[in-house]
Amino acid sequence: MSLHQFLLEPITCHAWNRDRTQIAISPNNHEVHIYQKSGNQWVKSHELKEHNGHITGIDWAPKSDRIVTCGADRNAYVWSLKDGVWKPTLVILRINRAATFVKWSPLENKFAVGSGARLISVCYFESDNDWWVSKHIKKPIRSTVLSLDWHPNNVLLAAGSCDFKCRVFSAYIKEVEEKPGPTPWGSKMPFGAVLAEFGGAGGGGWVHSVSFSSSGNRLAWVSHDSTVTVVDGTKGSTPSQLKTEFLPLLSVLFISENSVVAAGHDCCPMLFRCDDGGSLTFVSKLDLPKASITRNISAMERFRNMDKRATTEDRNTALETLHQNSITQVSIYEGDQRDCRKFCTTGIDGAMTIWDFKVTDTHRHTETHTETHTETHTETHTETHTETHTHTRRHTRRHTHTHGDTHTHTETHSWSGSLISCHHIGIFLFFLK
Amino acid sequence: MAKNTLSSRFRKLDIDEFDENKFVDDHDEAVDNQGPDATEIDNLIRIGDTMTAFQLALRNPPLNTKNPAIKERALAIVLRVLTSFKSSDIEPAVKSLDRSGVDLLMKYIYRGFEKPSDNSSAILLQWHEKAFAVGGLGSIVRVLTARKTV
Repeated sequence: MSLHQFLLEPITCHAWNRDRTQIAISPNNHEVHIYQKSGNQWVKSHELKEHNGHITGIDWAPKSDRIVTCGADRNAYVWSLKDGVWKPTLVILRINRAATFVKWSPLENKFAVGSGARLISVCYFESDNDWWVSKHIKKPIRSTVLSLDWHPNNVLLAAGSCDFKCRVFSAYIKEVEEKPGPTPWGSKMPFGAVLAEFGGAGGGGWVHSVSFSSSGNRLAWVSHDSTVTVVDGTKGSTPSQLKTEFLPLLSVLFISENSVVAAGHDCCPMLFRCDDGGSLTFVSKLDLPKASITRNISAMERFRNMDKRATTEDRNTALETLHQNSITQVSIYEGDQRDCRKFCTTGIDGAMTIWDFKVTDTHRHTETHTETHTETHTETHTETHTETHTHTRRHTRRHTHTHGDTHTHTETHSWSGSLISCHHIGIFLFFLK
Repeated sequence: MAKNTLSSRFRKLDIDEFDENKFVDDHDEAVDNQGPDATEIDNLIRIGDTMTAFQLALRNPPLNTKNPAIKERALAIVLRVLTSFKSSDIEPAVKSLDRSGVDLLMKYIYRGFEKPSDNSSAILLQWHEKAFAVGGLGSIVRVLTARKTV
């Protein structure tokens, strides 16, 4: 588990390149910054400045090495690397409201853009005219599209929107692909057809994020009414909904066929399990809050913290989780959707954290923390999680703190205990769309 | 300039009603629950069986109906049951509910907060504390995001 604090600005969205040596992030403005990994540090290598409004979505195609970005200026650009410089190509989306989300299809021959214009723009490259053409999916979407995910067959597209529904559309473009075979979601798939629609029905909130599993048979989504829902296309169309006791989740991802990771306003990734019958259960929070470690903070660090936060007293208002503000996006770092070993989260606190994930049958957790404080605020924790449904924990931690100025501690903690969950009774924002 | 600032009648117009793209929630008109049965619950409260009164009161919530009278009636009955509880009995009553029951109880509690009377706030706060311990922040979020209200 390692956290890197980029800047103090929120990270709106991020995307990794194929070998995870570069990350493209948007620091809540009109630009995309590409950082290159060098050793343990992240060094900014490119700045992509073309948009006139805030960037709302970035996706990096792993094989063809193209980046697509979309923004509040109602535009999308496809960027290609030419002679070490990223060159943009404008894509005319024909939308009259901001774009909200963008995703390359699995074969990278098309991408889909969700927007506030209550429609999805599916764009493909027309080689005769040498430009990108967009086709719209309008009906029956009745509010802003917040999130999209492609099915592995490159044709089906799941969309979560502010009209409280999650839908599966067909985005079949006959110019670029063959007719797809039948799937559990349906067999007739003309462009724009709705193959499945879930949600609404009384309760329900805005659907913040949707995710297909690696086989494409399962679809998970998280909604603003603090629920996680999974539906298995092969087992009929009754979704299994779990009402959580947490704040709403903002991003969801399948990390194996049976496990779902979601994170949101509680600043902590949570693991859910979906069994073969299709029912969903909560497993655990993946960010174990550290028990209060009394370490002597040096005077210089105390003043540095006060300066950074512009406070006049030395009060610790830090959250116990690694992320200090809501997590807005979860992505796979190592592995794939069938078997993910590491995943990455970015959030409004401007931090990017990489989490280890392993599921075996033993009950053991071992953690070794090595914290080195440097000027660029990089913390490296190495943690191996081994989890199943019942938790008995024996923590053994070894801390080695090295402060640049004064003292060196070596502490050995060992305790067994149950998780102390912290209730954040605070003000949470409803983003008005 | 003087002419078009004279009449302010346009300010009484609800412009959103004329929007052709206005979002209309699809209501399933199907089951129209009438709310709990007042007489039976009154009897139970009188004989002191608050637990059964509680279970009955939370059955058949008038979620689908648009008639405010039915909702008011149901709310009054539920509040009567909630206020007749002793503090020590609250926790087992909350424990006897399932997830959706806790969400429904939370909805009634917040409706009860809207119009505080002399002795209702204190007991409602105790109910809120116990329901929050079970339902967490999620149950409160579901009260705020619910479109079918009690």
